[in-house]
Amino acid sequence: MNPSDDAGRSGVSRRSVLGGGAAVAVAVPLAAGGAQAAPAAEAASVEPVTVKVTVNGEPVTVRVDPRVTLLDTLREELALTGTKKGCDRGQCGACTVHVDGRRVLSCLTLAVTVDKREVTTIEGLARGDRLHPMQQAFIERDGLQCGFCTPGQVMSAVGMVQEGHARSDDEIRERMSGNICRCGCYPSIVAAISDAQKVMR
Amino acid sequence: MRAYTFTQPRAVREAVTQAGTDTAFLAGGTTLVDLMKLDVMTPARVVDINRLPLRGIKLDRDGLHIGALERMSDVAADRNVRRDYPMIAQALQLSASAQLRNMASIGGNLLQRTRCGYFRDVSTPCNKREPGTGCAALTGINRTHAILGTSDACVATHPSDLAVALVALGTHVHLVSGRGTRTVPLDGFYALPGSTPDVENVLRPGELITGITVPRSMWAANSVYLKIRDRQSYEFALTSAAVAIEWRGRTIRSARIAAGGVGTKPWRLPAVERALTGRPATPDVFESAVRTAADGARPLPHNGFKPALLRRTLVRALTVLAESR
Repeated sequence: MNPSDDAGRSGVSRRSVLGGGAAVAVAVPLAAGGAQAAPAAEAASVEPVTVKVTVNGEPVTVRVDPRVTLLDTLREELALTGTKKGCDRGQCGACTVHVDGRRVLSCLTLAVTVDKREVTTIEGLARGDRLHPMQQAFIERDGLQCGFCTPGQVMSAVGMVQEGHARSDDEIRERMSGNICRCGCYPSIVAAISDAQKVMR
Repeated sequence: MRAYTFTQPRAVREAVTQAGTDTAFLAGGTTLVDLMKLDVMTPARVVDINRLPLRGIKLDRDGLHIGALERMSDVAADRNVRRDYPMIAQALQLSASAQLRNMASIGGNLLQRTRCGYFRDVSTPCNKREPGTGCAALTGINRTHAILGTSDACVATHPSDLAVALVALGTHVHLVSGRGTRTVPLDGFYALPGSTPDVENVLRPGELITGITVPRSMWAANSVYLKIRDRQSYEFALTSAAVAIEWRGRTIRSARIAAGGVGTKPWRLPAVERALTGRPATPDVFESAVRTAADGARPLPHNGFKPALLRRTLVRALTVLAESR
């Protein structure tokens, strides 16, 4: 039994357990750096900022410490844990999301800077039970092993196709170089993107 | 990350009024957020400038004007830039990753901090980060460090590709502060480390880059940016060459050349330019012209390969350009 079968039968997924998805407005300011937060006294001196942002089509209002990243806000406040925290230094691409349709690194994006903007995460790609062509292609081409980099790979690949730059395998490799896969699934990832970009056109 | 006060002004005047010593301007955030997490940059105040009207990529009879907040990917994709200033588009396209290019601004790219591992590691001495503490790179791992413009205090390489192309093309930087506006040549904008490697440029406290102008020229359209690195993509330069040539038939009427990956600032090579002037574009001419390229270089224990690699990079860039004519 794989985890998604389990979730389907019980009606409970990890995401719903964690707390409800993007529509939830959370008023607790998150200290910067998640678990490695600044000392409490110092954090308390920072005035939280109200951010109104659309996440996967849903309007969300959050009060955030101006030091908090979009990545931590998505994961810790909005329970959207599909976006992964890899290096947290802008080097691995695991945290790739779209802001106003452009692929960016959520670990280097301060949450305060996405006010009035649209964010799309891996959770916002499928239409109901119907996977996005890129997700489908990653499954069909075995474009993953451990899966940790996959949400970032998929978001980056969708962004690249929308930029109009996935016409050859060389171009795909060059324009996907910001997404690292330590399992080394690169050949399958290139094949998946090559398949999906034909469907997406 | 340390506490800071945070503002989001909508007007340039408002932004520079809010800024002062210990202020960092936030644009794309790709350097600043990274270095604040590492405790390398610890500003007391962060001024988010993304709401300022510093946009636009415009071509007119004076040249190419780019607003400081234009993103790297947008400038790289601009049709006028690609046609009239190809080395700028190439330098941008060969920088960082697609995601980072979507975020990082042109003004921020010019202020990108060095990738020296000791600068980024607050547990080690670094005169640039903490003046007077020493330089761990001199006796540490220094394969990627600079060989030109270095001092006993600092050997950190300037990381930008874009700035190398812009220095070759004689770009000017437009600045604003509470005291008014001024324009400075990009080459003179950067400071050599000397005994004060913490001073990297001529910016005054709270002064802001509003844009750049790349002059119109007879050579910018015939230009190439060649980057040599350990990986084929998503890596900083070991060496790079920005070469622009004005042709008269098969002869080089004039050349503009700068090198990256080797200097503590983008490294213009006027002696190589002079040696090419009026000469035919042949392999012998190229070989002899680049002989002086690394004059004055001070190689470190791990980067003794850089002078030769620099000369070869320049010859290959010149060859590519001559063949594409």
